[in-house]
Amino acid sequence: MDINWANVFNWMSLLKCFVVGGLICIIGQILIDKTKLTPARILVIFVTTGAILGGLGIYQHLVDFGGAGATVPLTGFGYNLAKGAIEGVKESGLVGVFTGGVKAASGGIAAAVFFGYLASLISKPKMKKQ
Amino acid sequence: MNPIETKQTYQEYVDKKSPNSPIWKNCFNAFWVGGLICTIGQIIMNICKERGFDQTMSGTIVSIILIGLSAFLTGLNIFNKIGKFAGAGSLIPISGFANSIVSPAMEYKSEGYVMGVGGKMFTVAGPVLVFGISASIIVGIVYLIFNTQSMTLV
Repeated sequence: MDINWANVFNWMSLLKCFVVGGLICIIGQILIDKTKLTPARILVIFVTTGAILGGLGIYQHLVDFGGAGATVPLTGFGYNLAKGAIEGVKESGLVGVFTGGVKAASGGIAAAVFFGYLASLISKPKMKKQ
Repeated sequence: MNPIETKQTYQEYVDKKSPNSPIWKNCFNAFWVGGLICTIGQIIMNICKERGFDQTMSGTIVSIILIGLSAFLTGLNIFNKIGKFAGAGSLIPISGFANSIVSPAMEYKSEGYVMGVGGKMFTVAGPVLVFGISASIIVGIVYLIFNTQSMTLV
């Protein structure tokens, strides 16, 4: 199948994606530098924020504007979970509340578990350099 | 050196020893590294779309590729160097999620492959999944009750 490279390197969409993704990371950097939150808490805050904003339908605007710039950060993971839950409700009601979210994010979760384990196996223990 | 007696003198000691990190430089680095990771994601997504996958499927493929890449970069100790330089720029994108799984797993490898690697993988990723999935379930319940997604500011 032929790939139209002009569509792949659509500079305007790539620039928007770069700016949106970068700005979300700046918010994280400010949280790291200005508060005493641990990285784990910051990740939790980002995922939860993404899920809430996704549930309210606000994050969708950011995704429409920034594309992967909004979906690749962890807020996008939360947005994906929330969107999946809503679609699950539309499809199968109460059961969808529980199945929808994880179903939407299943690819990422399964990949993280599998590749994470595999990468840990091949890794060399860290050497402490002085 | 005198022993540190009160909490306040300790705090002063810490402040003196660890000068404030240059926040503007950190933000700049976080901005362009984070932006770059997202742009790589967008390029992969565009290629998937050109290949005829739909939006959802393309997003999943992007996540899988980025997670796989950053997991192996963490295993090879390359990701840590990027992380030191970029801070949140590599932590906030989905690559940070993969990194947060592999780093503790590597550290506890000596405790065995089941409880060491398999168990410690989720020291950071566990909370992320717990709160992310719980939040999505709450969103689903709210949607089920009110049947609306648009925010109404009263």
